[in-house]
Amino acid sequence: MTKVQFYGEPPPGIDQEWLPGRLIAIEGTDGVGRSTIISILRDYLEANGWGVVDSGLRRSPLVGPGIDQAKEGHTLDPITLNLFYATDFWDRFERIMLPALQAGMVVLADRYIFSLMARAIVRGAAREWLEQIYGFALIPDQTIYLDIDAEDLVLRILERGFDFWESGGDYLHDRSIYDGFMQHQREQLHEMSAMADRYGWDVVDARGTIEEVFEEVRVAVMPTVESMSRP
Amino acid sequence: MSTVNEFMDLPGRLIVVEGIDGSGKSTQLDLLHKWLRSEGYVTVFTEWNSSPIVRDTTKRGKRKQLLTPMSFSLIHAADFASRTHEQILPALQAGVIVLADRYIYTAFARDAARGVNRKWVRDLYSFAPPPDLALYFHVSLEESIRRIGAARAEIKFYEAGMDLGLSEDVSESFRLFQGRILEEYDTLCDEYDITRVDAHQSLVSQQVLVRDLVEPLLEDMPRREITNVPTHMQTGYVSLAAGGGL
Repeated sequence: MTKVQFYGEPPPGIDQEWLPGRLIAIEGTDGVGRSTIISILRDYLEANGWGVVDSGLRRSPLVGPGIDQAKEGHTLDPITLNLFYATDFWDRFERIMLPALQAGMVVLADRYIFSLMARAIVRGAAREWLEQIYGFALIPDQTIYLDIDAEDLVLRILERGFDFWESGGDYLHDRSIYDGFMQHQREQLHEMSAMADRYGWDVVDARGTIEEVFEEVRVAVMPTVESMSRP
Repeated sequence: MSTVNEFMDLPGRLIVVEGIDGSGKSTQLDLLHKWLRSEGYVTVFTEWNSSPIVRDTTKRGKRKQLLTPMSFSLIHAADFASRTHEQILPALQAGVIVLADRYIYTAFARDAARGVNRKWVRDLYSFAPPPDLALYFHVSLEESIRRIGAARAEIKFYEAGMDLGLSEDVSESFRLFQGRILEEYDTLCDEYDITRVDAHQSLVSQQVLVRDLVEPLLEDMPRREITNVPTHMQTGYVSLAAGGGL
């Protein structure tokens, strides 16, 4: 059972003290391979009889389309962008994650509140403010951090191409896309590894092959999954 | 994002109006706006729920009834953040007068009436510059319903707080929900430096009071040279637009 505990002020509308499911957050920066690992992990868990739901950023029916539209304009200030993402997170939590946890499923969150906080912090938003807002988030049973350094990360990005926002294009105007990417990612990675220490995440080295990384993630999450009654 | 201290030396003036639907606050702000312009002051007007970047999402959420108390609160904060960044702060930095139809207290009152944690909502809006003058147009529930009834045929889902399941009946739900908001406004007037205006008074005497309260703030505000102003503007008498509500 998952004890219902929040980082800060509890949000309205959640009466349960315990949830039968398990919430596992997979954190890591842009392009580190989260979605690939989550997709393999989901197949693996389902093949073994567990019910699994995954949820990634911008998939909320309420704000997903709005964020995509707003980001095309490239004029979003960090506070508005962050509040858009906070709304997206909450909508997905209420609509997808919470019902799945109530139904006894494993929820694999492709990023949780931490990426959102790190992105906003490197853009100048106050840490305290972010912690207050995201205090509405349920504390996951486990957080896995896919760890990588900017030098290894950029080699993967070269293959798939750079993204304006992942390169801090909205606030690092005077850099080349490469320099912008390296600076933005270094700062974000710095924030994320500080959080890994602070919140006690399970850190997985993401520099290996997909098979190696998956195996390490699998070994890390199975005790959490198996603490539910076996299917 | 910012602390109060960062707003200390903003040269502009921020004037906000608050009140439930049917309190007449928009009418009073409109009259004030026209008077200030007729006097040559540079003004920027901003209203709740109007950011070009966020508005469509909120509208869709309302139309499809996708909003819950928390997402309602968050998306309105996003709208406000966008307007703060693009309208309110630049105007205050430029040293002009900003007139806001509804401000953070609307969120404090409505979200609390929806059961959202009061401290959390206040923290959420901590990036907002504090107003130089906040006016609360206080009207009784009965009077507001009488006025809205005259202006509008149908009450919208979220305006009536139908998402809270207070009553199956729209009118009854509206009454209960607006009653809660009135109670929250009462508390807010004690908590913050908000000036209460008795909105049962005549429109003209309210406007006289509003102008008296605004006048001391106008010192040092930039003015344009006014030429060829129509006589009705010079006297301060203006025609009224029909009440809109939100």
